[in-house]
Amino acid sequence: MTPHPNALEIADLVMHFGPVRAVDGVSLTIPRGRVTALVGESGSGKSTVGRCVVRLVEPTAGTVRIAGTDVTHLSRRRLRPHRGAVSIVFQDPAASLDPRMLVGEIVAEPLRLAGKRISRRERDARVAPQLERVGLRAEVARRYPHELSGGQRQRVSIARALISEPMLLIADEPTSALDVSVQASVLNLLADLQRDIGFACLFITHDLSAVEYLADDIAVMYLGQLVETGSRERIFARPAHPYTQALLSAAPVADPVRQRHRQPVLLGDDLPSALDPPSGCRFRTRCPLAFDRCATEVPEQTMIGDGMAACHLVQSDGTGPDVRTADPSEVLS
Amino acid sequence: MTTASAPVLEIRDLSVSFPTETGTVSAVDAVSLDLAAGEIVGMVGESGCGKSVTAMSIAGLLPGSARVTGSVRLDGTQLVGARESDLRRVRGREIAYIFQEPMTSLNPVLTVGRQIGEVLQVHERMSRRAARARAVELLTLVGIPSAAQRVDNYPHQLSGGMRQRVMIAMAVACGPKVLVADEPTTALDVTVQAGILQVLRDLRDRLGTSVLIITHDLGVIADIADRVVVMYAGRVVERAPVDDLFAHPRHRYTAGLLSASPQPGRHAGTDRLTEIPGLVPVLASQPDACTFADRCPAADEQCRAAAPPLEDVGGADHVAACWHPCVTAPTAAQEANR
Repeated sequence: MTPHPNALEIADLVMHFGPVRAVDGVSLTIPRGRVTALVGESGSGKSTVGRCVVRLVEPTAGTVRIAGTDVTHLSRRRLRPHRGAVSIVFQDPAASLDPRMLVGEIVAEPLRLAGKRISRRERDARVAPQLERVGLRAEVARRYPHELSGGQRQRVSIARALISEPMLLIADEPTSALDVSVQASVLNLLADLQRDIGFACLFITHDLSAVEYLADDIAVMYLGQLVETGSRERIFARPAHPYTQALLSAAPVADPVRQRHRQPVLLGDDLPSALDPPSGCRFRTRCPLAFDRCATEVPEQTMIGDGMAACHLVQSDGTGPDVRTADPSEVLS
Repeated sequence: MTTASAPVLEIRDLSVSFPTETGTVSAVDAVSLDLAAGEIVGMVGESGCGKSVTAMSIAGLLPGSARVTGSVRLDGTQLVGARESDLRRVRGREIAYIFQEPMTSLNPVLTVGRQIGEVLQVHERMSRRAARARAVELLTLVGIPSAAQRVDNYPHQLSGGMRQRVMIAMAVACGPKVLVADEPTTALDVTVQAGILQVLRDLRDRLGTSVLIITHDLGVIADIADRVVVMYAGRVVERAPVDDLFAHPRHRYTAGLLSASPQPGRHAGTDRLTEIPGLVPVLASQPDACTFADRCPAADEQCRAAAPPLEDVGGADHVAACWHPCVTAPTAAQEANR
């Protein structure tokens, strides 16, 4: 049997927490060995998508397939054989590592949870190369997390995530809690490991510069829905959706000469609530280009290359207006 | 921005240390810095470098256990060692602060109008009615739409960006000479951040407020600062006008920070980020060495034997504390510009 070509297939994923519509119809496919960045601001639902994929929460509706297997509603017991296929790395390594466990135990825990009974010696033998792979010395296995720096702890989380040789890694803001100089080494490590091992990765982040550095494909999320998907090259060169355009224009670049020639699109501060999302297009309340139809009609997804944009103004050839060059008086109002 | 006129705020050899169970920790070590009228100075550094402690010590906001030495002069008036009652008159009126998380700085049970009004009632002895009217003006100034309605909102009814605008309105209520903004946009989304930075720039342009903005984000610095102070392990390691700093970083730490940040157009497949090896040193006093020596590619015996002074490294108003400053190597930003 040939292996299923896609590491992850999400179809019409819906996750409601009571009245909060955190994720509202997201479809996303990640082929084996590709890195897809899921980009969005706080409250967009991007982390919830990640949590649904690793089944930390059971989705309200829709399906999650890992290598073709539907894991959406599997029971804990039936899910267990599939646990090894997907791993997750969280934002804050201080909170996601048990302070009472030795690093060696932490890294080996996925093996234990997979039901494999292994001797301590075998465990140590499995853990050492994992630590080495993430750039830590084998002695670190006998330390506690609090003895390590933030960057080292994040390396431990990555080692734990990769010990089961997963096909898919969910990295949820893996560098956001780290200092700039440490971020660089963790981004480099993820890039190296991904290239060498070839796992697929769902890279969840709000940091656009990290996205450009690490991702092959990009999916942009706004208030529980995807507004645009596409290749890294296309999204950064020719973003089609007004929200993507605004997001890219708002992120400052670390170069004063260039930064001061850029004109950020200023969106209103008032983010609508996921309790009561706007009718029609959810971005319309902050969109400088919104018109009547945006309030009444949910925009169709217009295909652009192998991606899409969900906006009434985007034409089928991928062209559309650009909020960055629109009349600034309109944009500011 | 020129600094020809006398600086509004003049910090000289400011040092802050804290007694702990395991001995004295030196958080800030001989920091000097000027802030001219209408100038925006960015202070950049990683966590634990002492940038927030420096900011807090300006208006005496540190706990009593902190040992503060050196000099902080506001228009010539010495603030270090000043009486609490004198400092209280300075805070809010002459020097105002905004912090990272607006929700924890606002009182959840008072409307934003009351909170802004309180500042005016206390410092300016305004009547409640006049204070409220002024609060509406201030909310308009910081870009809050329909301010006349928003003035009666409670903090929880506002978004994070709106709350930060309220904090700014409160901070500038008495027309302070200096606004200290400690990571003002770190908790906000980028689309909201752009608006807040615009408000800070507007205030400088319209009211002539001097701003000290503290951040770890080089993009924010590039966007808003006129001059930049780079801190590392409690010391100022480099100070320069913003363009000069990004184009010609002279301290190895600054250069390292710049090339460690992902830049537009860089991808892992073609272009690796440069890492800074090693860890930020523990803040214990090591007066006889460069604090960056252990992580520095150019360090030698001299660096481990004596702390380098901040010295002119060429370029206008550009100083760095390094025995072996970089020959102006092109940065990643410049490469990308080509």
